[in-house]
Amino acid sequence: MSTIHVSTTINGAPTDFVCEHDETLLDVLRNRIGLTGSKEGCSSGDCGACSVTVNGRLVCSCLVLGAEAQDAEVHTIEGMADGPTLHPLQKAFIEHAALQCGFCTPGILVAAEALLKEKPEPTDEEVRYWLAGNLCRCTGYDKIVRAVQAAAAEMRGV
Amino acid sequence: MTTDTKRNFKVVGTRPNRPDGVDKVTGRAMYGADATAPGMLWGKVLRSPHPHAEIVSIDTSEAMKLPGVQAVVTGADFGDPESLFVSDVQEHCMAKDRVYYDGHAVAAVAATSASTAAKALKLIKIVYKPLPHVTDVDAAFAHGAPVIMHHRAFEILPPGTSANATNFCEFGHGDLHEGFAKADLIVERSFRTAATHQGYIEPNACLASYSSDGRADLWCCTQGHYHVRDLCAQIMGMEAAQLRVTASEIGGGFGGKTSIYVEPVALMLSKKSGRPVKMVMSREEVFRATGPTISSSMDVKIGMTKDGRMTAGQAVIRASGGAWPSGTMEMGAQAAFACYDMPAVKTIGWNVLTNRPKESAYRAPGAPTAIFGVESVIDEMSQKLGLDPLEVRILNAADAGTLSSYGPTFNQIGLKATLEAAKNHPHYKAPLGPNQARGLSCGFWFNFGGNTSVSLAVNTDGTVNITEGNPDIGGSRASIGMMAAEELGIPFADVRTIIGDTASIGHNDTTDGSRVTFAVGLATIRAARDAIQKMCHRAAQIWDIDPDAVEWEDGAAKPSGPNAGQFPPMTIKEIAANAFRTGGPIAGHHEVNADGAGVSFGVHIADVEVDPETAHTLIKRYTVFQDAGKAVHPSYVEGQMQGGAVQGIGWALNEEYIYGADGRLQNAGFLDYRIPVASDLPMIDAVILEIPNPGHPYGVRGVGETGIVPPLAAVANAVTRAVGTRMTDLPISPPKIMAAKAAAGK
Amino acid sequence: MVRVRIWGSLARLAEGQTEVEIEARNFKEVLDGLGAKYPGLKAHIARGVSLSIDGVIYREAWFTPVRPESEVVLMPYMTGG
Repeated sequence: MSTIHVSTTINGAPTDFVCEHDETLLDVLRNRIGLTGSKEGCSSGDCGACSVTVNGRLVCSCLVLGAEAQDAEVHTIEGMADGPTLHPLQKAFIEHAALQCGFCTPGILVAAEALLKEKPEPTDEEVRYWLAGNLCRCTGYDKIVRAVQAAAAEMRGV
Repeated sequence: MTTDTKRNFKVVGTRPNRPDGVDKVTGRAMYGADATAPGMLWGKVLRSPHPHAEIVSIDTSEAMKLPGVQAVVTGADFGDPESLFVSDVQEHCMAKDRVYYDGHAVAAVAATSASTAAKALKLIKIVYKPLPHVTDVDAAFAHGAPVIMHHRAFEILPPGTSANATNFCEFGHGDLHEGFAKADLIVERSFRTAATHQGYIEPNACLASYSSDGRADLWCCTQGHYHVRDLCAQIMGMEAAQLRVTASEIGGGFGGKTSIYVEPVALMLSKKSGRPVKMVMSREEVFRATGPTISSSMDVKIGMTKDGRMTAGQAVIRASGGAWPSGTMEMGAQAAFACYDMPAVKTIGWNVLTNRPKESAYRAPGAPTAIFGVESVIDEMSQKLGLDPLEVRILNAADAGTLSSYGPTFNQIGLKATLEAAKNHPHYKAPLGPNQARGLSCGFWFNFGGNTSVSLAVNTDGTVNITEGNPDIGGSRASIGMMAAEELGIPFADVRTIIGDTASIGHNDTTDGSRVTFAVGLATIRAARDAIQKMCHRAAQIWDIDPDAVEWEDGAAKPSGPNAGQFPPMTIKEIAANAFRTGGPIAGHHEVNADGAGVSFGVHIADVEVDPETAHTLIKRYTVFQDAGKAVHPSYVEGQMQGGAVQGIGWALNEEYIYGADGRLQNAGFLDYRIPVASDLPMIDAVILEIPNPGHPYGVRGVGETGIVPPLAAVANAVTRAVGTRMTDLPISPPKIMAAKAAAGK
Repeated sequence: MVRVRIWGSLARLAEGQTEVEIEARNFKEVLDGLGAKYPGLKAHIARGVSLSIDGVIYREAWFTPVRPESEVVLMPYMTGG
């Protein structure tokens, strides 16, 4: 099968890859680039474990084709920390025990970061509706909501 | 064993950050599907579209010809394991001459890319001869139902029962007739519960590498890599030592990753192709071919005096664990009335075969559905007698000295204290709004300990490495490290805990039965004591005094009294620094089959609001009370209680396996099998009761499973009170509420 | 002698009794004694059973002692999730 050459930017770094026409961005990230932090939970856009942003827009990377990343800015969990310094959300998730198995965590962190960019002071209900597309089976979401709010407060400098 | 309840804990009971936290928030943690190997192939499975059929022929020749295909396997590639249990597991992983459920594996391909493997599956030609099927538990139990397997009934089955019945059990004590005769009110109700899936977000995945010299390595996400090793070694005809299994990080399990699915298939593909093979199940495959719980139907009958005392109780449970025999209903039958002091009680369980995948354990297997029926009837009787449902439960609660419904007499248990905590909590008295109601339920689980090996090495700088063998699902590395730090008297930061592979430390039972913090913790404390004894001996040598005159306190050896000698305490760092000069490296270890886990009780209160127009149920407030023993890391204990509660809420309201008349699963995806999402829920308040477990040195009790037991009835009782008609069929989806209201003329 | 309670559905294989007396000093001897006295129970015991001794449930542990006054209850083998 013929493949497509794609030039893109992933977590700030210019990146080139080839992929098949029907290959998802998630498969490209995981299997071609080696960025396995984005997880596949369903490959149908129902679980959010593969959440990334493309040009600032929160998407399920299992529903985006690799070819669509041409000239785009892709942001994944691997680009969230500033070198060795964790993002306030990452720190809060650890400190508030907002993860158990940790499998949904990368997707939830990416989604929560997108929320706080749009809404620095969300209500609990806004957090819950924003994250309704990110399934977590371990925590019951309680500590996730608390961690997002703690990080939001820290980022607002409260 | 003595539990040190007066102990002034320094580390246990605090909330340090988990050691695997940074890896898990940065995407660095390696889960089942994240590993690769040089020359790796991709494996994919072809699954049956029939719920029950004979396999007449399989032709793989065209698939083998496809460029890139390196191996094809079918049931013919596997032998016949001696053990019936292993044989069942193997047949579930790969069919031999018959398929028993929609999604049953019939062949697999390994190819140089996943897309080539998928294409090759389409080239495999299978001729099936469809057979009559049955997927409903009651239909399968009826005489004349299609027979799924012959000769699988245990010898204890009464003659003349359904050909699909495989197992039967009966528990109880006292005279039921006498008990019911004393009752002022008798209520008898039937209930049904749908099969649910554990719903772990990480699909099952593995990477197998089988070498031509007969050795193999397997990387997989599992709750128990020793169990995987033993099963796969038997299926592959290997010696255990030749198969090393490494547990990856695990993306949820809840009992669903206590068996094997693609692992032996990947090993066989690797053996035939001579290359490493990676297999990752799709979500659809996970739903169709792994996991689900029993589906059940049951009849509950309870007698009660007008002041609320139960005089007799009876439950008959008909459960199906899929197409292979299952004993889960035994635990349900034992647990059904375990919360109560019953003068007379009898519980009966049946297992019946259906054309569904082989059931896997799910958090307190058997208990949630059985207790749902009993707690629903108790609620109904409280309503009918005009009694407070919590007071009725306090009045009947089992206590020390109660003869339990499943046989033994209880020692100290925490149910009454848990009920009192619920009664005194503001939630129980909080006002309710329109269309809102409150439900409650008790829950019970056995907990167990099991086989555990722990090794603890003291490094030359006085820090400590622990090697244990239980995959960390919810923060157990932290809890284990905390107990080691506590016992050694050193900071938590000085301990690093890793999970060894099957070749690096002795056997460990699977991470299940709420056993890890209890049993691995116990073994870790004893391994630390082993190391302490050795360090005291080294100090005694240096001081030239009797080793018996040295004791350990706050991370240092010291003379036990003025007569022992006048020496300043010698810290672990000082002892470790001299280890090579005083006899060599210092380590402790402990191996045990731990018993004394201690039973666990919980009480949940649920407030719901049911929309009168759409019949949508919203959980407005939810509080969990649970006897957790000593909470080692309270945040993770709360997490278990909250997570279990929400899984139970899903079971109560949304989740179900839906089979069509064609015997095929109709909702094999997260869109149609709806687990609770963040916007469905309120905060889940968790109230930990620390009633020490006498079977553990720190009083620790397993907490993982009990939390899923009460929500089914707590939510059902709340919805029932909100809509004014009893809900007896789980899940309580809006169509069922509409139908129940219509039937009741509301 | 220790008195061992067995669960109801096994009674059919133990001459209709749910409480039997066995000469035994430990877990293993209880199981061996039950199998010797009631051979019909052997298959079920071989598939795995637990034993509650004075309220503590043991899943294996052959050499856990039982005393004549111990409360000994045979139970199905526990599994968990």
